[in-house]
Amino acid sequence: MSYVTKSPWVIHYDGSSCNGCDIEVLACLTPMYDVERFGIINTGNPKHADVFLVTGSVNEQNKEVVKQIYSQMPEPKVVVAIGICANNGGIFKECYNILGGVDTVIPVDVYVPGCAARPEAIIDGVVKGLGVLQEKRNAMDGNTAAPAPAEKEEA
Amino acid sequence: MIKIIIFVVAYLVLAPLVGGFLAGIDRIISARMQGRVGPPVLQPFYDVFKLREKEAITVNKVQDFYVTCFFIFVLVTGCFFFAGGDLLLVIFTLTLASVFLIVAAFSSNSPYSQVGAERELLQMLAYEPMVLLTAIGFYIYTGSFEVRQILSGDAMAFLPLIGVFFGFIFILTIKFRKSPFDLSMSHHAHQELVKGLVTEFSGKTMALIEVAHWYENIFLLGFVFLFFANGTIWGTVIGVVVCLAAYFLEVLIDNCFARMKWQVALNSAWIVALVLGMINLFIVYLV
Amino acid sequence: MGTIFFLILFPLVVAFVLLVVKADAARGVIVKLAALVIAAASIYLAVQYFQGGDRYFDFSNENVNYVLMVIEVCLAVYIVITGIKHKKYLASVFAIIQTPVMVWFELTEGHHIEVAHNLYYDRLSVIMVLIIGIIGSLITVYALGYMKDFQHHHAGEKDRRPWFFFVMFLFLGAMFGLVMSNNLTWVYFFWEITSLCSFFLIGYTKTGEATNNAFRALIMNLLGGMGFATAILILGFVYQTLELSTMITYGMMYSGIMAIPAAFLAFAGITKAAQMPFNSWLLGAMVAPTPTSALLHSSTMVKAGVFLIIKLAPCLGMGNFAGLMTMTVGGVTFLMASFAAISQSNAKKVLAYSTIANLGLIVTCGGIGTAGAVWAGIMLIIFHAITKSLLFLCVGTAEHNIGSRNIEDMDGLFGRMPRLAAFMMIGIAGMFLAPFGMLISKWASMTAFVDSGNLILVGIICFGSAATAFYWTKWLGKLSAIVAGTENIQQNVHKEEWFVHATLVVLTIVACLAFPLISSTTLVPYLEGVFGGLSSMALSADNMIIMVVMVAVVLLLVAFFFGKTKKKIVPIYMSGVNEGDNLQFHGSMDKPVSASLRNWHMEKYFGEIKMNVIGCVITSAVIIIGLGLMIGSLVAIMTGGAA
Repeated sequence: MSYVTKSPWVIHYDGSSCNGCDIEVLACLTPMYDVERFGIINTGNPKHADVFLVTGSVNEQNKEVVKQIYSQMPEPKVVVAIGICANNGGIFKECYNILGGVDTVIPVDVYVPGCAARPEAIIDGVVKGLGVLQEKRNAMDGNTAAPAPAEKEEA
Repeated sequence: MIKIIIFVVAYLVLAPLVGGFLAGIDRIISARMQGRVGPPVLQPFYDVFKLREKEAITVNKVQDFYVTCFFIFVLVTGCFFFAGGDLLLVIFTLTLASVFLIVAAFSSNSPYSQVGAERELLQMLAYEPMVLLTAIGFYIYTGSFEVRQILSGDAMAFLPLIGVFFGFIFILTIKFRKSPFDLSMSHHAHQELVKGLVTEFSGKTMALIEVAHWYENIFLLGFVFLFFANGTIWGTVIGVVVCLAAYFLEVLIDNCFARMKWQVALNSAWIVALVLGMINLFIVYLV
Repeated sequence: MGTIFFLILFPLVVAFVLLVVKADAARGVIVKLAALVIAAASIYLAVQYFQGGDRYFDFSNENVNYVLMVIEVCLAVYIVITGIKHKKYLASVFAIIQTPVMVWFELTEGHHIEVAHNLYYDRLSVIMVLIIGIIGSLITVYALGYMKDFQHHHAGEKDRRPWFFFVMFLFLGAMFGLVMSNNLTWVYFFWEITSLCSFFLIGYTKTGEATNNAFRALIMNLLGGMGFATAILILGFVYQTLELSTMITYGMMYSGIMAIPAAFLAFAGITKAAQMPFNSWLLGAMVAPTPTSALLHSSTMVKAGVFLIIKLAPCLGMGNFAGLMTMTVGGVTFLMASFAAISQSNAKKVLAYSTIANLGLIVTCGGIGTAGAVWAGIMLIIFHAITKSLLFLCVGTAEHNIGSRNIEDMDGLFGRMPRLAAFMMIGIAGMFLAPFGMLISKWASMTAFVDSGNLILVGIICFGSAATAFYWTKWLGKLSAIVAGTENIQQNVHKEEWFVHATLVVLTIVACLAFPLISSTTLVPYLEGVFGGLSSMALSADNMIIMVVMVAVVLLLVAFFFGKTKKKIVPIYMSGVNEGDNLQFHGSMDKPVSASLRNWHMEKYFGEIKMNVIGCVITSAVIIIGLGLMIGSLVAIMTGGAA
């Protein structure tokens, strides 16, 4: 077993959103949910991160930022789109400057729906992401093929 | 000679294990203080092993060299100390190691790294006088800078050097990178500097820095131990207990304080060095 | 004795030849040859020394004294006239006071005092000769290329380079004389020559600022010269001797009595070594072309001051006021100058403050006057001479190529001038970092300070070295930064400059590797000779070996692993808005904004003016009290003797 799943450090980016999911992500760190139990640390630095948590939708302004943060994360890495806006644009979908969900600019591995997504769901999503992380880690060693980006499934 | 080799090898092998273990305990204690459960005690090891499995990236060709030198010289520092060498030599080697880390951060030319590096420099400026005064305190009291000579003395240096001891505990907060003086880099998420000094280090390089810090922490606790060692079993027991108590105290301080401004770090560390350190030295010298 | 005369007179001859020769090519050849000969001659002197040991030469020739006196009077007249011409009356006044007094003394009292040995050399002088002979002549070679550029930058002005090289070689000759004269009147003569030489060199550009600063240097050094003259008068009238060696022998036996002239000589040394409150002349000297600064700071001028104090160390010490005065002035200067260096961004000024600080440390070592302290002091002189000249010359080259001497503009010098940056980094590491040169001596001096029991000095060195590490590391960091998109521009550097840099780098490394050898063959025997018996050294043999091994390890690490990585190179983190070139980020106005990084100067804490005021007030008070006490006890001795 690889250690990537035992110490998933996350980076969190909030796109176009109402900040609801954003707050729920931080709620995961509180004593109530305490994700550090799983070794999860919120790093704020893509170079240290394994899991990219995106809340909110992608617009013309932030698409480059999302892409760059993603590109600056070292492999293996997974992307978890949290909340309906991150999944497909949500209530902002029809806005003039919105591209849609996170998967319009970077490959997404896990979709966590909800408006706002509940902390339990977010934790479940990250844990699901760990499986993908493990597969990607194995793929780096050349054992298996890299997993394809997830079909939309509910976490 | 054989004894020295045993000590050095024991340090090289055990320090990362004990250091990592202490780091794990630190995280659990911190979690409990915040009403959380906290990670498994082996979490710091998982983190390091994970970092080693990550993709190898760097921002320039020289940074890894500097970090490796940092790692090597932190180890060398500890080896000098546990081999019973000269305390000043130990301190100067530690400075060399820190300078390598700072230059590594500077070399990336990244804004966050550089601000972190400058702050790390400030921290050095703040703690260096007290560290030197500690060594000099031992010298005035025991007549030698050599760790093995200090250990062989049969009087406990703690009481006569009590001011120096508390001064050293004070700057230990800076050395352990604990709040309120974790200016240059912090284990707490989302600080204003991203991750300061270590922003541009990732994967194996980052793992190396983590392990170096474990080594460094153990060596610093060795310094604390030196205040109590007097060759007897009781001295050893008290020394170990006080080391653990000091570590706990630092964790407690970490959880009780928010990060303070750099002015506070510099002023307080220098005032402590002047008041506790210098006055204690004068008294020891006169008595 | 022949070699001594050669070393003093040969530079003089070269100086006059260079004054006449106007052609660039011819000057180049002469300077290079002369530098080679001087360096060879100083090495020859060292070899000669190690075959023969300490030598004192009984060279007594009345005519020489008269010639020296005549030259002295001529120089005094010159100083008086220029002083009046530039309305710097203080310089004239000082010259009017001291020269007639000295002439009167020599014609009356000095005439009767038997001087057995006028010239000498011992291990300390040999070290000084090697420093002057090798580093001094390297600087003259460097000056060839530098002054060519300098003339090019100041195209409209008259070419005064013959004069410049004349003064430089004259300076070297005077320095040789200074370190090998045993007759104090001769030392005084050479002392005044060096003061005047620095006056000419600092005022070289003839701008208002340069002239002002040159006069400041002259006035301060003439004041020191007055101290020197006073010491000679006291020695002559009260102790009936004019010999340095006799003075030191007496000093070893009755340090209380010899403290009086020693205090005045130490005062002269303090002015020349640019200690507070006289540090401003060395800072003012920065207006001169870089070779001047390098010469003044590393191998000559200021080193004359500390040489005298180190030489006098047996007469100083914790036990008498001369020693206390010297060590306090040195200690305070070290601390304040180290702090002031933090607030500076001008590279030459940082170097100047670091020079003042290091000289402060040497002066303190001399003031403490124990064997261990003097060991540290001499080591500091050696390492400082090599490393500081390297740094000055590197900054000079950088200035001519990047057009600035500001450290902030040296951002990413590693990309633009890799070799120069590497040299500078070696120099900086040599200035403060274990296991290189200066740190070894700092270590030794720390031990010596504790042993002396002066805990205030211990505190000073603890805080001072923290400050030292701060300002050097931030400069080191600036140099090492890898800035994207820089272009290599180092092909424009003169061949001579590279040669000198490389030689100095080699010297730095060799000195770091060979210092236990220098210690055991030169320093320890010297100290045993002066202090008698086997003196305990600050550093044990084990520790010296550890240091050398560490230097070797660092060098090997650099040689084998530096810059070798197979990792993927990625852009730096700029909050996700890096424009891709690592230099700009995408700003909120949807436009690229360049990111610029600046160093931290902590002006509020370590402001230059504040540090200078504090330092100067304390040191002035100490000097006034010290010299006052000395005059008091002199009067007591005189009247007591009469009764």
